[in-house]
Amino acid sequence: MTHAAATVDQMRPPYPAERGLDVYNTKLGMWVFLASEVMFFAALIGTYVILRFGAPGEWARPGVVLNIKITAFNTFLLICSSVSMVKAYAAIQDGDPKKMRFWLLMTILGGAMFVGIQVYEYLHLVERGFLPSGVREGSELAELVAKGTLPAATMGLYGSTFFTMTGFHGFHVTCGVISMAYLYVTKALPGKYTKQDYRGIETVGLYWHFVDLVWIILFTIVYLI
Amino acid sequence: MTTVAATAHTAAAHHDDRSFVRKYIFSTDHKIIGIQFLFVSLFFLVVGGLLAMQMRWQLAFPGQPMPGGGILPETMAPGGVILPEYYIQLVTMHGTFMVFFAIMPLLVGVYANFLIPLKIGTHDMAFPRINMWSFWSFFAGGLVMLASLFVPDGAARAGWTMYAPLSARHDYSGASLGQELWSVSIIFVGLSSILGSLNYITTIINNRAPGMTWFRLPLSVWSLFVTAILGLLALPVLSGAAIMLLFDQILQTHFFDPPAGGQALLWQHLFWFFGHPEVYILILPAMGMVSDIIANGSRKPIFGYHSMVFAIVAIAFLGWIVWGHHMFVSGMNPTLGSSFMVSTLIIAVPSAVKTFNWMGTMWRGNLRFHVPMLHAIAFVAMFVIGGLSGIFMAATPVDMFIHDTYFIVAHLHYVLFGGSLFALFGAITYWYPKMFGRLMSEPWGKVHFWLTFIFYNCTFFPMHILGMAGEMRRIYDPSQYTFLQPYQPMRVFISISAFLLFASQLIFFVNFWWSLWKGKPAPQNPWDDNGLEWSLPSPAPHGNWDRVPSVYRGPYEFSSPQVAEDYLPQHKKLPTDREPAVTSAPSH
Repeated sequence: MTHAAATVDQMRPPYPAERGLDVYNTKLGMWVFLASEVMFFAALIGTYVILRFGAPGEWARPGVVLNIKITAFNTFLLICSSVSMVKAYAAIQDGDPKKMRFWLLMTILGGAMFVGIQVYEYLHLVERGFLPSGVREGSELAELVAKGTLPAATMGLYGSTFFTMTGFHGFHVTCGVISMAYLYVTKALPGKYTKQDYRGIETVGLYWHFVDLVWIILFTIVYLI
Repeated sequence: MTTVAATAHTAAAHHDDRSFVRKYIFSTDHKIIGIQFLFVSLFFLVVGGLLAMQMRWQLAFPGQPMPGGGILPETMAPGGVILPEYYIQLVTMHGTFMVFFAIMPLLVGVYANFLIPLKIGTHDMAFPRINMWSFWSFFAGGLVMLASLFVPDGAARAGWTMYAPLSARHDYSGASLGQELWSVSIIFVGLSSILGSLNYITTIINNRAPGMTWFRLPLSVWSLFVTAILGLLALPVLSGAAIMLLFDQILQTHFFDPPAGGQALLWQHLFWFFGHPEVYILILPAMGMVSDIIANGSRKPIFGYHSMVFAIVAIAFLGWIVWGHHMFVSGMNPTLGSSFMVSTLIIAVPSAVKTFNWMGTMWRGNLRFHVPMLHAIAFVAMFVIGGLSGIFMAATPVDMFIHDTYFIVAHLHYVLFGGSLFALFGAITYWYPKMFGRLMSEPWGKVHFWLTFIFYNCTFFPMHILGMAGEMRRIYDPSQYTFLQPYQPMRVFISISAFLLFASQLIFFVNFWWSLWKGKPAPQNPWDDNGLEWSLPSPAPHGNWDRVPSVYRGPYEFSSPQVAEDYLPQHKKLPTDREPAVTSAPSH
């Protein structure tokens, strides 16, 4: 706790209590919630690993179905939004709400752009014939399967795991953007965050970094290898 | 009696001006949410019981029209005769309702919500609104599951464990909407449990009353805390699995679809990775509440408090590495099976520690056989039987023989009905005065206890014998097999016992509802107990305490030589007690 003396009053339980973990409830609650999120993504990612290693044949080579360049840019965008989140957090710790609002807005924009690009990616993939159930008959990708560029046996698993994992990650990003926008309008604009109490910023920041971290793992295992 | 006067004064001072809707429906008060969970999950307990009665009719009198079965549609029971495809729905939905909508919410939804803030001494949960969402998410899940009984091609029919590919492919199971609604409902339940768990964990860590150190927590709170950790980490896995199952059903993905490269066994691993911690979610809170009740009924401190806590933690930890024992016959590598066998057998150690500690607590106690105590003693006895039969099936070679037989059915009912449900009857009777301000009838409670205890054993004990004889579980008509025909009289005996067991619950039901209005008004501390909840009036007011009490000792100081009464409440300050340190100044 680097921000000791001045912040103690607001960031503790508001009544006499036995010494707990010395963090305020929302922050502790978010850490606990993130533990359950780890288990959720572990179930999805674990499933992907097991299905891919046990697949009846080759997995599709990276870059044939998925556009790595666009998604690499998207990854960069999400990492930048994590940086801007930290900037917002540092600004309010220094007692500069104006700077905090600017960086929070940048984070919201970064997250929204990430979701926008992901929606564009999905639409493009579906148009080319990539579906959660596999490859659509008569599509561009079906021709690649027929030519042998893509393995017929595992395209169903590829579609299932790709859309489920990235879809649920996108859902989490969307929830984060909505939460941050809500905090921006109801708390940041009316100036409710101060040097003494910035619980919402710190808590949503924890969530945001988690979502970012999950994406770095997903980008690596789904797009790159 | 100065404490009584003081709390009565502060409680009256707490003005409650919420509207009816905010007070009783969309309430954020942990006690109201607990009571909402109680009513809804008791309803589902009855639903699950009715489904079981229909199964028992078919098993005892196969092919004969069920009394009252004429009201069921042609697709279920034409002329009252249960169809095989309806029977498998009964099996599936009985298990589903009992596990996810009766026992689990009764233990965790009701008692984690009701007891945690009262027993640790705080005004409410850390996140009251999230708590409200937890209840409504559970309620939505329950409605969806209930609705699935009435859809055209029937409810889910792959067993409560929903083994793929039967559950994943409509052309295998013959049900589409029912299967999908099952998955949707389970996702709601998962969300509800996660929201509840994060609340319980945060509240217990950060919001304990001054002086309520970790090792002064009642064992009920300890077990609910550990259960919350299990729920927090296990339910997301089930939710993830249910989402993938739902996608297999509606988006034609191939997670559990072997022809397209999916793995049916993967479902079993995901399900039981959740499922075994779930088993402890269903028993640990019962153990905790039984510990509280047994110490109270024995008028002695609990025997081996610390070892009880460490046993809870050990059981919970081991619960993560034993899920493979549900899958011994699924074709797993025998070496892997051996490691699952060893880890499973080790769980007998902390379980035995708890059992001996309960007996040590009762030994030479000044026993009070009130209704909760009777149920608590029955819990210990039945848990021993269920635990010992669990050791049978933990051993791989034995399990090969008894797997998927009625031996398993006997075992799981000995721990879930004989264990959890007896503990729940005890807990409901015990904390009823603090919930509703009235006592349940003691004589009728005893009648209900003895009838339940007798018919329960008549129902489930013979199932061990059927299982050893090779009768398969989930089977529509065992009498079609020659080797099972001699056991038909036993099946009739079981069914008649089961009908009587169900009828005995009517006594509890009437006692519960009658006491709500006509029960004896409860004093503040009807059981002479030490917990902080008994420092409040009955029923406990909104916001609990105006100023939370300080805690000076552990919860099991019965028959203390320091005071004249045979109990010494946690908040009672003796001249020798020092005021505990607090972390922040009171704000109101």
